Amino acid sequence: MKRIDLPVDEKTIRGLRVGDEVSLHGVIVTARDAAHKLMIEDRPDIVRPYLEGGVIYHCGPIMLRKGKTWSVVSAGPTTSIREEPYEADVMAEYGVRAVIGKGGMGPRTLAGLKAHGAVYLHAVGGAAVYLAGFVRRIRGVLMLEELGLPEAFWLMEVDGFPAVVTMDSRGGSLHEKVRSGSSACLDALIQGR
Amino acid sequence: MTDRLKDTFLEMLRRAATDLPPDVQLALERAHGKEEKGSTAKRAMAILLENVQLAREQSRPMCQDTGTNTWWIHRPSDIPEKDLVQAVHEATRRATRLGYLRPNSVDSITGKNSGDNIGLFHPVIHVHEVRGRDLAMDLLLKGGGCENVSAQMALPDVSIGAGRDLDGVRRAVLKMVDVAQGRGCAPGALGVCIGGDRATGFSVAKRQLMRQLDDASPDPALARLERRLVTECNRLEIGPMGFGGRTTVLGVKIAAAHRLPASFFVTMAYSCWSLRRAHARIRGQKVTFLDRSFLAEGA
Repeated sequence: MKRIDLPVDEKTIRGLRVGDEVSLHGVIVTARDAAHKLMIEDRPDIVRPYLEGGVIYHCGPIMLRKGKTWSVVSAGPTTSIREEPYEADVMAEYGVRAVIGKGGMGPRTLAGLKAHGAVYLHAVGGAAVYLAGFVRRIRGVLMLEELGLPEAFWLMEVDGFPAVVTMDSRGGSLHEKVRSGSSACLDALIQGR
Repeated sequence: MTDRLKDTFLEMLRRAATDLPPDVQLALERAHGKEEKGSTAKRAMAILLENVQLAREQSRPMCQDTGTNTWWIHRPSDIPEKDLVQAVHEATRRATRLGYLRPNSVDSITGKNSGDNIGLFHPVIHVHEVRGRDLAMDLLLKGGGCENVSAQMALPDVSIGAGRDLDGVRRAVLKMVDVAQGRGCAPGALGVCIGGDRATGFSVAKRQLMRQLDDASPDPALARLERRLVTECNRLEIGPMGFGGRTTVLGVKIAAAHRLPASFFVTMAYSCWSLRRAHARIRGQKVTFLDRSFLAEGA
């Protein structure tokens, strides 16, 4: 397990390879569909300080408010491929070093990881209570009114958040490897009656 | 009666969001046992089992996406449908306030979240009047990740050599599972419908997800196809989360619907590993929460 403290530099990230398990320490920022659209169309500066050398988490959490403080109930990853049209540009615009999600992303993002020096981290989908256990506290929330609770930018201070590198900055992708294996097997299965 | 209904529906929502039925738990434990020691797949299975335990102990939603809530309710004639719908809505609002459900209902035109999980066709409620005195309920919470990889094919399909027969169905399901990869939070459970119109296909396929993972279709030919598809889907080695591994599906459940001569649809409702079902029955004053659907109970 490799420890990553946030914010993180490009060299550390370029040293990561597909298959590496990492634990994240510091502030990660949730952003999903509406947030990505916004980051490309409006390029808001309000999120910039948290994303420079930082991490985007594809997650729409369940949060409860007690008085003025928020607590996280469940916070697992959402499917990343929906951000494929935006992610490479978001990384370039905001200096993001890693994206956490599930299911992997496509060639545009893979090229972006290589160009900007970033990685794609896979968290275990559906393990939302387990993963919420690594959130020490909620630093704040941005654009809650505009985006709604699941879509807002939640600033989560995490301690040891676990994930696996499945796409690295050298063009490596576990998702491509698994897909090519399964597709070859599919061809064989389709032939056999 | 209305308070009992509301309380029962709320408890079903809580159970579905925070716990898994015994057959799903068992299937996940077996899948964990089969993965190679030290593999990413085995680690993922261990994490999701730990997650299930934490969710159960802490009564917190095991996945933050508490999904589309689909209800199937069989009612005796003396309980009006509108009372049931109202009770489901009130239980849904309460479950959202209590944090058992994420506000998950978005206006498709304005993009505004309703905040309480009530909206157009949200939640989905199928009510049927039946003979007898029992009120029987099934509930499914199914998240967006696996809904997005659910799919339908029209046969024949030349690209996979699929004709209008059971072997064509087999090919179509394998193809759709390969397209899905790990994006539906594999290992998944598949509900499949052969035939129907497009809408019925999805409806019947989703209903199959209420079956026990270890049961078999009463039709011997479909039962054989179910077993074969479990084996063959797992040979694709997409594995947990799409990390590569030995379990890609936990179960395949197939049913058929009559079709038009011109149409032959194969529909796959893909559920993530977190197959969140809840079941209950009300008989007179007595509320019973069940491990399995009232379909399996013979209600």
